Amino acid sequence: MFIIKYKKIFVAISAILVSLSIASILVFGLNFGIDFKGGSLLEVEYTNIRPEQKVIEDIIKPLSIGEIRVQPMGENGYSIKTRDITEGERGSIMQALGGEVIEKSFTSIGPSVGAELVRKSIISFILVVLGIIFWIAYSFRKVSKPVSSWKYGFIAIASLIHDVTISAGVFAFLGFLTGVEVDTLFVVAILTILGLSVSDTIVVFDRIRENIRIGHFKTFEETVGRSINQVYTRSIATSSTVIIALLALVFFGPTSTKMFAIMLTAGMFFGTYSSIFLASPLLVITNNLQKKTK
Amino acid sequence: MAKTRITALLILLLGIGLGFIVYKTEISHRNLAPDAKVTGWAKYPFKLGLDLSGGTHLVYKADVSLIDSTELGNSMDALRDVIERRVNVFGVSEPIVQVQNSGFSSVGEERLIVDLPGVTDVAKAIEMIGQTPMLDFRTENSNKDQPQEVTVGPDGQVKLDMYAQYVKTDLTGRYLDKAILNFDQTTGEPIVSLQFDTEGAALFEKITSENVGKQVAIFLDGQPISIPTVNEAISGGQAQISGDFTADEAKTLVGRLNSGALPVPISLISTQTIGPSLGEQATTAGVKAALIGFLAIALFLIIWYRLPGMIAVVALTMYVVIMLTVFKMVPVTLTAAGIAGFIISIGIAVDANVLIFERIKEELRGGDGVGDSIHHGFKRAWLSVRDSNISSMITAIILFWFGTPLIKGFALVFLIGVIVSMISAISITRLFLYTLNIKKRNKFTSFLFGSGFSNASNTAAPAVQK
Repeated sequence: MFIIKYKKIFVAISAILVSLSIASILVFGLNFGIDFKGGSLLEVEYTNIRPEQKVIEDIIKPLSIGEIRVQPMGENGYSIKTRDITEGERGSIMQALGGEVIEKSFTSIGPSVGAELVRKSIISFILVVLGIIFWIAYSFRKVSKPVSSWKYGFIAIASLIHDVTISAGVFAFLGFLTGVEVDTLFVVAILTILGLSVSDTIVVFDRIRENIRIGHFKTFEETVGRSINQVYTRSIATSSTVIIALLALVFFGPTSTKMFAIMLTAGMFFGTYSSIFLASPLLVITNNLQKKTK
Repeated sequence: MAKTRITALLILLLGIGLGFIVYKTEISHRNLAPDAKVTGWAKYPFKLGLDLSGGTHLVYKADVSLIDSTELGNSMDALRDVIERRVNVFGVSEPIVQVQNSGFSSVGEERLIVDLPGVTDVAKAIEMIGQTPMLDFRTENSNKDQPQEVTVGPDGQVKLDMYAQYVKTDLTGRYLDKAILNFDQTTGEPIVSLQFDTEGAALFEKITSENVGKQVAIFLDGQPISIPTVNEAISGGQAQISGDFTADEAKTLVGRLNSGALPVPISLISTQTIGPSLGEQATTAGVKAALIGFLAIALFLIIWYRLPGMIAVVALTMYVVIMLTVFKMVPVTLTAAGIAGFIISIGIAVDANVLIFERIKEELRGGDGVGDSIHHGFKRAWLSVRDSNISSMITAIILFWFGTPLIKGFALVFLIGVIVSMISAISITRLFLYTLNIKKRNKFTSFLFGSGFSNASNTAAPAVQK
């Protein structure tokens, strides 16, 4: 009952977190990488000690590739970002860098490929959100009193937006600190958070549904409060195991999925938080508003 | 009871069996000599994506502005065949060449995607794909019946240099007007008819008249595709290739001949190359993370959930083994993102178990006996297990449907993971819990079924109405 009693405070905390995240996104910005904008990324490693960053820039400048960005990578490497260059241009860069350099990876993405990813991401996002609303509305169709099943769906989406915004805010902040850019995996992370976090919300709603059916508690408020009491340990336990798996991925996994795992960890954490501390209080608040208007 | 126990034992044995298969196939594949023939166990290795195995990923844009829209599909298929053939000549193991049609989600471009595992020399790969294929006719070398040098490879395969047996003529695909698929009137065998233009017809007549009774070989991309024997001089510029090919093979051949040159001009719009060392690092790190993640979860489960926790660990091990087998058999192409999806799915696989255990504990607190509690616990947890997993499945399906190869790699593993985990949690865990057949309720069983700092005693919480 603790959570329902202080529901306004918890909703306020969530509102503050979301505002901070939006601020983080606005201030630090999301740097879209070459997956979206098109461009080339060449990752090289020196067999001996790598030269200064400036040296690399000076070597590449005469090749008239245009704007380049050289960043140190790992202990002995550099990543070189340019516009999307042709195979010939890549060859000439490698040649200019000399023989002590190993090419670790090269990615060149044309602008149309990037545009397609943007489009696909937006469509997928909309479809996932719609899919989830319909699924919740369907599976809660029998519980239309006192709160209609559509409202469960929309509240689940509200808590999803909360989770996704906070995860993106965390990403924007980390992007500011480490220079990480938004790539394809960022989109995958956002969509996966959508799926996982709603799972958790459903576990809570499911219990509310069951308790309404049993009809053991007098008011809707009490039903929600008791339901939370019954499920919060298991919600936390199930999220913990996923977070344990994710942390293993953050600390020991491949570099390419590190940021992805950090985002999912944040998403999982706030997803569990929101299903207990946001979705359920919102359900009660909606019900109270409904009563007032009647 | 005996029946339940036997089933449980069988499932355990099945798990061990699958584990053995996964281990054996992997070890056999690893111990293979680089150019040895792949047989038996070694035929089922994990299939690694380009980001793990190293290799080149090329995306071409096809310029279809001059192609009639009804012919679009055929032209793109013909294009894929031409490129596939060129790639195969290069000797890449398991290349993937696929057409990506312009759907409503893409930006209206017809694309061709070429994946070349193990090829890190982009320049060479691009050059190879850019080549125009060569159809040419060759006549017997004068020393054809002379003894040829035969070499025996290290794997015991006999290698005979076919190419030295034939000499090139001036007749090439340049003079081909078109190729048509026919069927023999009497035998019904497929025949490929070639129609040369006037210049080609003259050349063909000359070649056939000079080689009556001998073979004329038809080479495509430097490889013989048909070696008919000339019965008589042929004028009029029509040739037939009959061989023991199936209708499908003949159809492909016609397609290839007609698309001697690329049917559609292409331009490279995206390249990705992953060096072999980077791929190996990613693979090692992925496997390490999976192992550590699994052990940490197992530890958590046993400490927190005690007896059911231990059973969950057994079920989880079964889950991992089943997933690994599925990866090998389907086969699922594993990428770094896919491994991440698998690791997350291990965490989620526990999810259903935890939901069930918490329910069992509640039932115990409600004053039920152990057997009834297990029974009710499963029954009540099932709905929320199902509902909560379906949202993940919706996400995975949409990701798979819309994804680029990178996203697909993740989505597929994630989807299979969610489905398999649901089945393994519900069926395997339940079976094992029943098998233990704990009927008594005392302090010890309450401890075993408890979690965290609390035992599953009925004093801990108010009774829940049944």
